[in-house]
Amino acid sequence: MTPPLRVLIVVPAWNEEGSIASVVHELHSTLAGMDVLVVDDGSTDQTALSAREAGAVVARLPYNLGVGGAMRLGFRYAVERDYDTVVQIDADGQHDPAFVPQLLERIAAGADLVIGARFAGVGEYRARGPRRWAMTLLSSVLSHLAGTRLTDTTSGMRASSRPLMNLFSGNYPVEYLGDTVETLAMAARRDFRIEQVPVAMRARTTGQPSNAFGMATVYLGRALVVLLLALIRR
Amino acid sequence: MRPEPAPGRVLARPYAGFQGVRSATVRLVVTTIIFGVVILGTIVELLRRRRLREKYAVIWLFTGCLVIVLAVFPGGLNRVAGYVGVASGVSLVLFLAVVFLLIIAIHLSWEVSQLEEETRSISEEIALLRMDLERSLPDVPARHEKGHDDPTERSS
Repeated sequence: MTPPLRVLIVVPAWNEEGSIASVVHELHSTLAGMDVLVVDDGSTDQTALSAREAGAVVARLPYNLGVGGAMRLGFRYAVERDYDTVVQIDADGQHDPAFVPQLLERIAAGADLVIGARFAGVGEYRARGPRRWAMTLLSSVLSHLAGTRLTDTTSGMRASSRPLMNLFSGNYPVEYLGDTVETLAMAARRDFRIEQVPVAMRARTTGQPSNAFGMATVYLGRALVVLLLALIRR
Repeated sequence: MRPEPAPGRVLARPYAGFQGVRSATVRLVVTTIIFGVVILGTIVELLRRRRLREKYAVIWLFTGCLVIVLAVFPGGLNRVAGYVGVASGVSLVLFLAVVFLLIIAIHLSWEVSQLEEETRSISEEIALLRMDLERSLPDVPARHEKGHDDPTERSS
């Protein structure tokens, strides 16, 4: 199944010293032969040190830019060093590297953006209330835009093809949700081929997902804003 | 504008009232002039200390001059106000001031967005350069390895 691709795994990490080492170790053991770049997004803890000791290449941003900023750096690095594919994996350990080869198979088959999606039959993940509505809204609009069914538009587990890397290395949204939702819209509106692969996600090894109703409502509002902007932006 | 009291008539109270109004007008003119001069002075001083770029200063210098002119000739805009259907020059000034400030605020937001994009590019560049540096100089990481205490954390 080894596709002849030079793959760079990019792990944006902000204050993840508790989980980053095990994530890097797992990536190396599960995905032999793939380079791992940890982008330390201005951490104030020992994230960079842990990642380097675990064997990853580490790029350290001088201050916190958000996931979008860290990812654009990853894409720039990948384009400069002529990688064929960038795979984004979260630093909190909720993404299982065992699914990465499935993402890469779709890239090798001609897809430009492959999303590792929850809600697609594998694994268990539940959300309700405003967060659920926001996710439903995002899925339906972006599915329509992409011309394919997307069930998990905010997933941080995704693989990008070389043409898409060129786009993302110059222009990757830095706002909240921009790194997931708006990039999907960007790719879809430029007629890149978007696909999804069902994945199971694990409980985070550190940190807590936010579930409060107020937070979820704010999330819905921000999702709406990001979506509307993504649709009217050039 | 200045009706002379009819000679021979004793108008102690009304005249006193008129005097009060008149001195109030004078005081308003003085207040406004002082305000305009303070704006001009502040801008000039900031320019002198090189704390303000010319491109931002010009518009405030212009505003300061306008405030002084309008302070000396408060009725100066009445005619213009009449043309555009505004009852008095004062209302017109207020309206234009709000529009003007709104445009300035939008412009500054735009400038800030641009600056943020520029600093973002620079920080990415720094991160890439630091990687190259750490590779060519093996002892560099040790010096910078500690997490930095940046008070300007942004939420993402």
